[in-house]
Amino acid sequence: MEQRAIADTLKTQFSEEVVDIVEYQGQVGVLLRPDQIVPILRWLRDSADLRMDHLRALCGVDNSKRKTSYPERFEVVYQLYSTELRHEIRLRVLLPEKDPHVDSVVSLWSGANWLEREVFDMFGIRFNQHPNLKRVLLPDDWEGHPLRKEYPLKGRKEWQGLVELKERIQELDQHGFYPPPPVEAKKGGTAKKGAKNPVEPQKTVAQAAAGPASAGKEKTATVAAALPAGVNTGKTLRERDQA
Amino acid sequence: MSSDKVVHLPEGLRLFPGAGALLGPLDKLVNWGRAGSIWPVTFGLACCAIEMMDTGASTNDQDRFGILFRASPRQADCMVVAGTLTKKMAPALRRVYDQMPEPRYVMAMGSCACSGGVFDTYAVTQGVDQIVPVDVYVPGCPPRPEALLEGFLKLKEKIMAEEFRWSSVR
Repeated sequence: MEQRAIADTLKTQFSEEVVDIVEYQGQVGVLLRPDQIVPILRWLRDSADLRMDHLRALCGVDNSKRKTSYPERFEVVYQLYSTELRHEIRLRVLLPEKDPHVDSVVSLWSGANWLEREVFDMFGIRFNQHPNLKRVLLPDDWEGHPLRKEYPLKGRKEWQGLVELKERIQELDQHGFYPPPPVEAKKGGTAKKGAKNPVEPQKTVAQAAAGPASAGKEKTATVAAALPAGVNTGKTLRERDQA
Repeated sequence: MSSDKVVHLPEGLRLFPGAGALLGPLDKLVNWGRAGSIWPVTFGLACCAIEMMDTGASTNDQDRFGILFRASPRQADCMVVAGTLTKKMAPALRRVYDQMPEPRYVMAMGSCACSGGVFDTYAVTQGVDQIVPVDVYVPGCPPRPEALLEGFLKLKEKIMAEEFRWSSVR
């Protein structure tokens, strides 16, 4: 059957759901409301004179940077094909910008499982009743959905997994045949200073514990020692410089 | 055929034919052995892996350099990173590298492995040298098998020039 004819039968069958029929270079696309997508696709698959048994592709679209006007920000596009009758049709489901979600078609084609997961991964479009809706390409703890147009090319911040890996690499490289010393040298110095400092507050804690029972002079001494926790490092540094 | 033509000795080593003995600095002997048996573990990530397979095919005959691909990092002493390294893959790459025994070397094959290539994006590391120390960079998109072989020969040169890489105590 011709694509236009398929679109027209679809419109007579589900006139409430079809928003528009668009044609571009002989390819027909049917714009649909999201609510009845599973019954529509089931009808296309099972009806005797259509028999669209093959879901060729399922993908998402973000229209927000389109120069021409568009009905809704997001779309989910279904490309259907009939292996017996060799005809095809494109269905475009319109989804709003706020909380885009549509029913899953895994119950009709189990191959839609990973396709829907990919759309969820890249666009953040949720699929209701999906058996396993989690990210499929990016790591599970990734933030954001990269194919949304507002997502910057380089991402907003580094993925936590890579940050942790780089920290671990610094440690692992120390066990290699040529451990790299120059980068760590300064940091090691500050770490030592940091290690020195905790000793001093511990002293003040011990003094404070002993303090209340004894005379007020000691109390003031502990206060003086306890107050400049940050200044203490400055003092030691200055002392060092003088020495 | 005379005996000194059967095996090409590197400069600095001397063969005593009658005694069946070699004399030379330990550096030379060790490096000679290593450079003549580079066993790379394959780390094919993208289209560069196809060229890497091609390099391993009979036309190029890597075996004449003592290079044979191993499928396990524990039997290898060189890793060929062939292709785009995504951030999600980076921990796996580092793990394979950590499983290799010393001495170990890394070759970055292709633009992506060298510098991220055209993929200056959120998901791709900008060069595998962020994750593992790289010895030889082989540029190209993808490099021809001859380029990868050239890379192996460069690695060989590098190994031959090493000093004291057999003891942490000099």
